[in-house]
Amino acid sequence: MTGIVSYLLFFTTIALSYGVATLGLNLQWGSAGLFNVGVAGFAAVGAYVAAWITAAPAESHWGGFSLPIAVGWAGAMAASALVAAVVGAVTLRLRADYLAITTFGAAVSLQLVALNAQTLTGGPFGIAFIARPFSALADRPLAFAAANCGLVVVVSALAFWGLERLTRSPWGRVLRALREDEAAAASLGKAPAKFRLQAFVLGAALMGLSGAMQAQFFGFIAPDNFLPAFTFQVWVMLILGGSGNNVGALVGAVVVWGLWTGSGSLVSVLVAPELQSRAAALRVVAIGVVLAVVLLLRPRGLLGERATVSRHLR
Amino acid sequence: MIAQILVDGVTSGAMIALGAIGVTLTYGLLRFANFAHGEFSTWGAYAAMVIAAALGSAGEPIGELTFGWHLIVALLGAVAFTALLAVALDWLLFRRLRRHGNAIVLVIASFGASLALRSALEFAFGPQPYYYTREIAMTVRLAPGMRATWDQIFVLAVALVLMAATHLMLAYTALGRALRATSENPDLARLAGIDVARVVRVTWLLGGGMAAASGVFLGITVQLRPTMGFELLLPLFAAAILGGIGSVPGAMLGGLIIGIAEAAAVPIAGAQYRAAVAFVVMLAMLLARPRGLFGARDA
Repeated sequence: MTGIVSYLLFFTTIALSYGVATLGLNLQWGSAGLFNVGVAGFAAVGAYVAAWITAAPAESHWGGFSLPIAVGWAGAMAASALVAAVVGAVTLRLRADYLAITTFGAAVSLQLVALNAQTLTGGPFGIAFIARPFSALADRPLAFAAANCGLVVVVSALAFWGLERLTRSPWGRVLRALREDEAAAASLGKAPAKFRLQAFVLGAALMGLSGAMQAQFFGFIAPDNFLPAFTFQVWVMLILGGSGNNVGALVGAVVVWGLWTGSGSLVSVLVAPELQSRAAALRVVAIGVVLAVVLLLRPRGLLGERATVSRHLR
Repeated sequence: MIAQILVDGVTSGAMIALGAIGVTLTYGLLRFANFAHGEFSTWGAYAAMVIAAALGSAGEPIGELTFGWHLIVALLGAVAFTALLAVALDWLLFRRLRRHGNAIVLVIASFGASLALRSALEFAFGPQPYYYTREIAMTVRLAPGMRATWDQIFVLAVALVLMAATHLMLAYTALGRALRATSENPDLARLAGIDVARVVRVTWLLGGGMAAASGVFLGITVQLRPTMGFELLLPLFAAAILGGIGSVPGAMLGGLIIGIAEAAAVPIAGAQYRAAVAFVVMLAMLLARPRGLFGARDA
């Protein structure tokens, strides 16, 4: 019983850490219409920065400042925001699909750095023994899992609340106006480049936070955690849940993470051990097909964006 | 040293150029960046392997090449198969999404298709590399300090013929004119009596076929892996952007430039950062001249 409960708690912890990245993507794509295919890159920056700040000193990688986890997460958000500011300043004036290509290229390049800059990142072996939150409780698994889960619930609730406030504020209205009709919004005196960059940077900071949380909850990161498949998972979470809807982003994260881990357990039970790495590839095929089916049959996702109607017209 | 960089760069550049033809054509015509295009190369390479295996082997080596007629037959079969695969993917997925109107949804769908296609191959063949043959590749000295394998020379020659044929087809045949006209303005083209659905089909056939050829050539000169096409994707986009979206001669030249830049960067930055070179060149081009070398449209 405690096994199942602590598994469910751990499941929720990781699902919501993806949920934070999905919220960030929802701000970029759902509100501002910015097509970011580099989610994994921003998450990787956050994860590595958090690991450097919070881990104990080690021979195998740079950093190891043993600072509190809150400092690590703040640093992770700042670092991802900084990278996004640089990438965004260069690419946001380009058309949407060029942004897709350049963010994809940025993520691939960042992953190459994580893989090859061995003295900084530990290379392919990654960084292990990253400090975990509430490690004082580690000998009581249930309390440990509950505390971690509580932490991520609080963080994602804060992110959710902040984004709900932001998207309903005049700032959020400008983003949606720019997404729908850039010329009209610009003629009302709204500077497209400025608002887009703000949304891009803020969204990337949330992706960095998501990477940092995963580093902390798993206690281990490696370049393989941040392959394009990560980006794709977050996209499927957003599209399935309903882009433009923050509740949808979180629901999508939990549903897709459930499908992903569920299919993983199914594979490990049903498939012979020597074939498991191959069967794992089938899970990716399945998730790709799910995305295609959702796009074809229910393009608005499970929840979809709520129409914003003037209160004078209601 | 420099001469050798040129040989390696031009050979890999020719393969990038072949793939980039399809990227730039579909981008110009359908207005979306197809993230699944690299997978056509992978599927083509593996299709050729399956066909060669069905024939028994890659065949008795011809002259100094490492392979024989079987692989050449397999190349033709793989090109046909992948061209049809590209049309099928458009028919199943992209055609339906085009009706919804939002071009970006197509990009997301192609990203999903790319992962699904790649993982399906990994499921079928496993992650390990394959080779068409185990023959040892003979090299020839072209100039002092400049060696190439006969395989490289063969691949380069065939790639150049394919590129020239594509260019002549687009420049001088009625079909090529229809394709360019549709890319320029689909509505006007339709008014002028061009069968746009047919032009779209031809574009996928051509793009898929060329990508398959580049995949087989990669398989001959390097090896086959499930990720080979995906790793080609960034250079493909870079070549298409460098040449100017929609411009086939531009994509060919862009491919050669990216290939040479990658080879030249290896002694400086190390082979492990090869893939980032395409990204840097692409970014520089987008900053300096977003429409590319021959492009008519701004980014």
